[in-house]
Amino acid sequence: MRIAIIDESPLRASIIEEGLASLRDCEIFTLTSRDGLLAKIAEIGPDIVFMDLGNPSRDVLEEYFAVSRAVDRPIAMFVDQSDDDSIAASVQAGVSTYVVDGLSAKRIRPLLDLTMQRFNAFSRLQSELAEAKGKLQERETVDKAKRILMASKGLTEPAAYAELRQKAMSSNRRIFDIADAVVTAHELMEGK
Amino acid sequence: MTERLTIGFLPLVDACLPILAHEHGFAEEEGLELSFVRDVSWATVLDRLLYGHSDAAHLLAPLAIATTLGRGRPAQRLATPFVLGLNGNAITVSNALADALNTQGELCDPALLGERLKKIAHERSEAGNPIRFGVVHRYSSHNYMLRYWLAGCGIRPDEDVEIVTIAPPFSADALDAGEIDSSCVGEPWNSIAVEKGVGQIVLATAQIWRRGVEKVLALREERLTEIRPAVEGLIRAMRRTGKHFVNPDNWDTNAAILSRPEYCDAPHQLVRRAISDRLVLRPGEQVLEYPDFMFQFHEAANFPWVSQAEWLYSQLVRWDGLAYDRSAAKAAANVFRPDVYRSALAATDSPLPTANSKVEGSVSETLEASVKGGTILLENNTFFDGLSFDPDMLERYIEGQK
Repeated sequence: MRIAIIDESPLRASIIEEGLASLRDCEIFTLTSRDGLLAKIAEIGPDIVFMDLGNPSRDVLEEYFAVSRAVDRPIAMFVDQSDDDSIAASVQAGVSTYVVDGLSAKRIRPLLDLTMQRFNAFSRLQSELAEAKGKLQERETVDKAKRILMASKGLTEPAAYAELRQKAMSSNRRIFDIADAVVTAHELMEGK
Repeated sequence: MTERLTIGFLPLVDACLPILAHEHGFAEEEGLELSFVRDVSWATVLDRLLYGHSDAAHLLAPLAIATTLGRGRPAQRLATPFVLGLNGNAITVSNALADALNTQGELCDPALLGERLKKIAHERSEAGNPIRFGVVHRYSSHNYMLRYWLAGCGIRPDEDVEIVTIAPPFSADALDAGEIDSSCVGEPWNSIAVEKGVGQIVLATAQIWRRGVEKVLALREERLTEIRPAVEGLIRAMRRTGKHFVNPDNWDTNAAILSRPEYCDAPHQLVRRAISDRLVLRPGEQVLEYPDFMFQFHEAANFPWVSQAEWLYSQLVRWDGLAYDRSAAKAAANVFRPDVYRSALAATDSPLPTANSKVEGSVSETLEASVKGGTILLENNTFFDGLSFDPDMLERYIEGQK
């Protein structure tokens, strides 16, 4: 079976490719660029196409599947109405699937499941990364606020932190929110 | 109690009404909390709508009909209780084609331009290098308006010229790279091509059909039934937003909101131009005001006329090479839901047309149309070729357009 993975994120594409690589009798093609996409698809002649939902070329590809004479076997969106839940899950995971006419759902399902798992793993990875980045940024803001308080009120670092924490507790807000307010106010005063 | 609604949209200026209903608090006043899902392809906007990620979506009107009729995927019934706007698209050509067409930096007469284009199209087609147009989607008003105009000028789409799908954000680059010679796309994407110096605007789609239906608010029919009170609240909120939107005093504020990264992510100046019906046709030229460019409020623009759905069906049949089918035509007509629009606005001062259908393209001078409790004025709504569409003659209209 010839499988095309179209994804503008090379990282995610390679994660999916890796997941499918273990399958026997599957040849996998990864396309990460918009340039010449249709020509490449025509050349590959895939049995199944996985494309990320956020890909701006989806309408272009669907149009091509609908009208192109270059694809000799018609390809359509995989919408197995008998199993709405799995389609909903694939939309949730962020992947759309196109298959050649006549390919049985039984053959598609394991591939789809595997691809979805990989998509989900990738988004978990991304949200963890975003969370880590966010935390780092919060810590930087708190540090900045501490330095402002230390300089302007002549406090020690623990005292500056205690002040932030005190204010956060008494106003029922997070320390980061207080720190952010301090930094913003400071910037305004400094005319930045 | 507030009800949450999630609305899918593409970053286009005509997604304005639900966005601004949220931003200005009109939705909140109706007890609604709106959240938005921004996507970059119509296929994904539609997937989210069909699989419950969104409750309603900013959608191409023809796509709502095609989905209901099962074109390209298994049929799923959609319902459209509100038209988000009329027109707002334009045809932009590459600088080379503009030169060949000898456009003088003004909006051209569609028939005259078509005549000139026909000659070039035939030359290019014979030379084995046909003119290629980019449209945003197979089932879009852009595609149908473009084809209506070309065919009306004696240029056969798919035979004399090629028409391909291209995502709006890439249309300027595609013009620049010579992948397409012309595009039919909504704002701000025409203006972006002009700003980049890669194309010139030659026609507004309003010149092809003066009051052509464009984007709609679409829901799954089932979902509409489930959350109907909320949808009616949204309709009221969007009507109030429309009034705010067309007031010149608010253009700056509204452009500032719409141009934000989470919405259109486009330059403020270009968004402001579009929402105030202004265009710059060629780089460095004066701003041209074209009051018919986009229509979001006046003349009951949001009313889902069943005749509009039927016209779109006539074009779907025409370009998908289908025969007229009575039950399909009925299913297409039923996508537009004037009954919901009316019940939502019954207690307001919004004009409610008494009919569900009208003869499209029949008004060439200001006409008084009857609405509940009075009349409203309808302005010129003609097709460029002077023909009109009588929904009672749908089958004959389809036969006549082969």
